[in-house]
Amino acid sequence: MPTRAFTSGVQTVERALVVDPGQRVPGRAAGFPLRREGPAKLTGAAKYTDDLVFPGAWHGITIRSTEAHAKLVAIELDPDVDWSKVVVATAADIPGDNVVASIKDDQPVLVPVGGVIRHHAEPVALLAAPDKETLRRLKGRIRLVTEPLPPVFDPEQSDHVFAKYEVTTGDLALGFAGADLIVEGTYRVGHQEQLYIENNAMIAVPGDDGGIVIHGSLQCPYYVHKALKRALRLTHVQARVIAEETGGGFGGKEEYPSMIALHASLLALKAKRPVRMIYERHEDISATTKRHPAIVRHRSGVTKDGVLVAQDVEVIMDGGAYCTLSPVVLSRGLLHAGGPYRCPNVRLRACATRTNTPPNGAFRGFGAPQTEFAAEMQLNRIAERLEMSPAELRRRNVYRLNDTTPTGQVLRESVAAEEVLEQALGASHFERIRERTARESAERGGSGTIPPGPLRSGDRRVANGIGLALGWHGAGFTGSGEVYIGSIASVELTADGRIRVLTANTEMGQGTKTVFPQMVAAELGVPSDWVEYAPQDTAEVPDSGPTVASRTVMVVGGLVIRAARRLKAAVEERNPGVPFHEAFRDDAKANGATRIDQKFEAYPGVVFDDATYVGDAYPAYGWAAAVASVEVDLDTAEVTVRDVIAVDDVGKVIHPVLCEGQVEGGTLQAVGYATLEEMKVRDGRYLNDRLATYLIPTAMDAPHIRTILVEAPFSGAPHGAKGVGELPMDVAAPAVIAAIHDATGVWIHDLPATPERILAAMHGDRGAPAA
Amino acid sequence: MSAYRFLVNGAPAQVDVPGMRRLLDVLRDDLGLTGTKEGCGEGECGACSVLLDGQVVDACLVPVCQVEGRIVRTVEGLSLAARERGSLDTLQEAFLEHGAAQCGICTPGMLMAARAYLDAGGGPDDESIREAIAGNLCRCTGYTKIVDAIVAVATPLE
Ligand code: FES
Ligand code: FES
Repeated sequence: MPTRAFTSGVQTVERALVVDPGQRVPGRAAGFPLRREGPAKLTGAAKYTDDLVFPGAWHGITIRSTEAHAKLVAIELDPDVDWSKVVVATAADIPGDNVVASIKDDQPVLVPVGGVIRHHAEPVALLAAPDKETLRRLKGRIRLVTEPLPPVFDPEQSDHVFAKYEVTTGDLALGFAGADLIVEGTYRVGHQEQLYIENNAMIAVPGDDGGIVIHGSLQCPYYVHKALKRALRLTHVQARVIAEETGGGFGGKEEYPSMIALHASLLALKAKRPVRMIYERHEDISATTKRHPAIVRHRSGVTKDGVLVAQDVEVIMDGGAYCTLSPVVLSRGLLHAGGPYRCPNVRLRACATRTNTPPNGAFRGFGAPQTEFAAEMQLNRIAERLEMSPAELRRRNVYRLNDTTPTGQVLRESVAAEEVLEQALGASHFERIRERTARESAERGGSGTIPPGPLRSGDRRVANGIGLALGWHGAGFTGSGEVYIGSIASVELTADGRIRVLTANTEMGQGTKTVFPQMVAAELGVPSDWVEYAPQDTAEVPDSGPTVASRTVMVVGGLVIRAARRLKAAVEERNPGVPFHEAFRDDAKANGATRIDQKFEAYPGVVFDDATYVGDAYPAYGWAAAVASVEVDLDTAEVTVRDVIAVDDVGKVIHPVLCEGQVEGGTLQAVGYATLEEMKVRDGRYLNDRLATYLIPTAMDAPHIRTILVEAPFSGAPHGAKGVGELPMDVAAPAVIAAIHDATGVWIHDLPATPERILAAMHGDRGAPAA
Repeated sequence: MSAYRFLVNGAPAQVDVPGMRRLLDVLRDDLGLTGTKEGCGEGECGACSVLLDGQVVDACLVPVCQVEGRIVRTVEGLSLAARERGSLDTLQEAFLEHGAAQCGICTPGMLMAARAYLDAGGGPDDESIREAIAGNLCRCTGYTKIVDAIVAVATPLE
């Protein structure tokens, strides 16, 4: 692999990303293990939740509110129906607390009679029957009697605040006083649906001990476990959660599965048999969590040389009807809101409020894509006002080693913002292409921008554009999150001589099942396939924390490596002079099993005060740049995203194929966010809640994505990895919007940049070039 | 209810079900072939793609009465010959090597669409491949590695 060393010691790993026609590349993954569960997935043998058969199982469905805000007066069962043949469950059947355990205890499992319905898809009752036909027939025979209450849909009008933060540094007034130019902007982003292709699915099986076993599509077994214990009043062993093969999550299966598992369990306990709760797409879109919509207001001061001297940012997020993860999503959004730029005088404010729409939750990037879109829009608009190249403006402000962030964090290591920027500029020939597109648009419009209609036709109908964005992503949990949850991961040599990795971190496509054994094998000096990955079953594996925040490889991977090192040392100590790979089988025979539990310990020197928001908000940051090129049809304003060059610093590449896969997938989700994906909401209800109406990119919509991986290792992790899952999601959307501006001369302030919005802007309705 | 007979992956199958029952349910529930997935149930995602007389169809849209006497091929039948040798066929192998399957839920459908494209003599050009799999949504991969894998198989070996 060609490797190039930068002066700062940062490594760039670039490999042939385009298959050379005429040349088969059987060795594409040479030297790295193939996806562990790949053969099962490729032959149809892999079992996802809905593929599992439980004899005698019934099917369950959820009866939901159809109102956004109302008092639940009564639940009426049609007296003409013989209800003894089926099972109905309501809040009255909940043995424990009627809450879905999360950050705040505000969300009920089912709205009780006399309680308040807070969104139109809120679960109120449950119904199980032996067959789906009966369910369909009886669903409408359960009537909810309600008294309407006034709903709130505008997050800025809501008086219920879920979370609020402020970070300040320097003197804002002084900063603006010293600025030569002040630029203001308001940017809006809407809901985005995770749209994993496997819908939510959960099967509850009642146990002999009065407990429940859950088989489900989920990211975080121990989140579900905690929720079951609380609402069903179960002991640690009575609640058992098994993550089955999971067909995508992207954050969407972080916390909502707790709700579905509780529903399936209530029915299963009452029916005394397994109950399958398999969502259809329509229900999955209309009821489950989305990316938080946000309004972001910026006011920035710069000198005429393009040095940022003041940043005032306000972020408002729509939390939806319940708190869920909003405080942490908001916190991450806030901490990334200034972008990866040095600025002495900063005020960042953020607030998330309650509205009567379904709760919003986790989605890849977790608040950062919203605020980083706004930050990059702002930077690009400043560059335009200064008549400076957007690349040059970034060069002048981008974080370098030993710079300080607004929380007072000194970036002591692993800062690769410049590297990713320069790599992206170089690989894309950014400046050269920008000159060309500028020439083309000058020829087209005479002045470098498209004059208000009549629009060009014929040969000059298509305008080309190129756009740049830069981003950062705090690695792992925010603040003291990791210390607080104190994850444990284990490596075990069993009595019969097998090596197993035990964690609760799930495989949903990212490659956990492949890279954990790979990392352990490398430490132990054995082939990868000698190492087993234990199933994500709470009866078997320790709580190594949720599979979120790009923390799996970085945080849990670090624990797994340390555990492997300790195991190796223990075995080699008992067998002096014999290397682990020769010793372990006999050692197991002689000494029985050896299990190493590795608990998380705070990264040295990383300190954050959650109360004041001062200190090291993250142990390290990943850095990303994207350059997008687009074609815009000037008559129809249809956008084709041609290419994206994605440069991502992940600290350490553990598995190049899987790592690129994360960058490519995240990049396309961001392209969808920028151009296509729009949840239309009316009166708190999603109008386009089907796959026919909520569009995601197809292979034909997708750009050619070229990935360049950069390695600026983080010293706190034994392997140096900083995570990759979310990083690409932060940058591609603003890069696409910048490219659309380059092509058309108009800024689209609100995502997505639909043809309607672009046409409106070209006709001067909104987002006209800043005067 | 009536009996429908057809060939699935080379073996005769017979089911006694209502004629409007979806082929998808017949495959998954009646024949236990759960390799074919459901992502939307309305012909939008392609997770349920199977080959009917060699053509790609969405099994969620096809009533079983239309399958009478015809030939159905699912992901389980993709590598029958290869599977006897305990391995994958060239297309599956290429998907594995290139990292074209992540969560894997779109993979069976994607493989069937790719198989039909290759069987129809499709070549290694990017545009045609993307067109051939445009009815199969993948949320994980960005399609890059899927296209790479199909290109690798469609490229004649010298
Ligand atoms: S399930 Fe058939 S197309 Fe989606
Ligand atoms: S691999 Fe997950 S949807 Fe395609």
